[in-house]
Amino acid sequence: MAAVWLTLRLAAVATFLLLLSGTPLAWWLARTRSRLKGPVGAIVALPLVLPPTVLGFYLLVTMGPSGPVGMATQSIGLGLLPFTFAGLVVGSVFYSLPFVVQPLQAAFEAVGDRPIEAAATLRAGPWDRFFTVVVPLARQGFVGAAVLGFAHTIGEFGVVLMIGGNIPGATRVLSVALYDHVEALDYVNAHILAGGMLVFSFVVLLAVYGRARLPSPER
Amino acid sequence: MRTASLIALALAVGNAAAADVHVAVAANFAAPAKSLAAIFEKQSGHQTVLSTGSTGKFYAQITTGAPFDVLLSADTETPGRLETEKLAVVGQRFTYALGKLVLWSPGTMVDGRGDVLRSQAFRRLSIANPRLAPYGAAAQQVMEQLGIWNSSQGRLVLGENIAQAYQFVSTGNAELGFIAYSQIRDPGKATSGSFWLVPQALYAPIRQDAALLARARDNQAAHRFLAFLRSASAREVIQAFGYDLP
Repeated sequence: MAAVWLTLRLAAVATFLLLLSGTPLAWWLARTRSRLKGPVGAIVALPLVLPPTVLGFYLLVTMGPSGPVGMATQSIGLGLLPFTFAGLVVGSVFYSLPFVVQPLQAAFEAVGDRPIEAAATLRAGPWDRFFTVVVPLARQGFVGAAVLGFAHTIGEFGVVLMIGGNIPGATRVLSVALYDHVEALDYVNAHILAGGMLVFSFVVLLAVYGRARLPSPER
Repeated sequence: MRTASLIALALAVGNAAAADVHVAVAANFAAPAKSLAAIFEKQSGHQTVLSTGSTGKFYAQITTGAPFDVLLSADTETPGRLETEKLAVVGQRFTYALGKLVLWSPGTMVDGRGDVLRSQAFRRLSIANPRLAPYGAAAQQVMEQLGIWNSSQGRLVLGENIAQAYQFVSTGNAELGFIAYSQIRDPGKATSGSFWLVPQALYAPIRQDAALLARARDNQAAHRFLAFLRSASAREVIQAFGYDLP
């Protein structure tokens, strides 16, 4: 049960940080005409394509004592991130980034220029425009991004396996505990966890896709 | 019985061209298996296909019909279980290697007697998961014998197999770890870092058994591969990679 609580905590913290960092990034991607739009969009999408173990291995190396991130965290007194909860949060944020940024970007693009320009003619400042016009219009995008980011982090495996070290209460999340049971041929416990995750994932996705069908009141 | 099947085999072989043998290899034996396969292919003309992974995963795959002919297991239990489930040919099982456990650090941290363990002057110690990997179970036995198993709990990181336990140490994220001697032993080269070859008295022998899987009962290449594994030249290679032999 420690694994369930840990996994939920990890997903909640990662989703919070992802919304915080993903919103400005998605906004920039949706509005910019910069030549950097393509490369940045591609980098955001990388975790969709890369095998999670590759991502995990590079995180392990860069967060290790001779990697750039590891040297930085050590010099500011944080120590090394692998095998810690904070390390898993960092890994999860990278891993789930496209699942948050892409729905947000699509939602921002769908808002279009007109409502924002209209708000500007009414002398709304940029922050005011964003929070009173864009956010309500892109609400579905925020819900979708949060749910997908949360669910994707719950199902994360390869990255956690590589940087976690399987420490009960700190880094042994559900998927790793499940993997342990399967490897140890303890199929009964494996089925309990796998069945639980299956039901949970289905309910979450049903919530997302069921909602998406509803006509949005603003449009 | 065995002679009869050998004769049947010899007859079957008469018209069989050089066949393939698919070998499932426990992670710790990956490097020697590669060398052995190269020699075997040259000698016999048969092709070998090697898949490396954890013994537990191979077991699950074999029970669902994975196309392996030979299993080079990291333990004796898995081949035994495959025999009782009629998934491996009874009477073909033998111990091809005895694993040796080392405490290793890429730096100079480990002394020749393992005193670093008792001093507890480290932050992270990497071992393979004792529940899953024989080398992990051996590491646990050693630490229990030294009376430091309980006091080390907060510092242990568990690799899902011995390859990952090695990776945690080699990337510097754990300062030291219990790994297979074969992982740091490269025949003809000096061993890097510092290590303590753990005395055999501190852990039960890590017997690694080979099994002929049921689907390869009549596969001549598989039979020849197992015979080759027992030959003097193969034993020499296995020892050069840091294993003992029964």
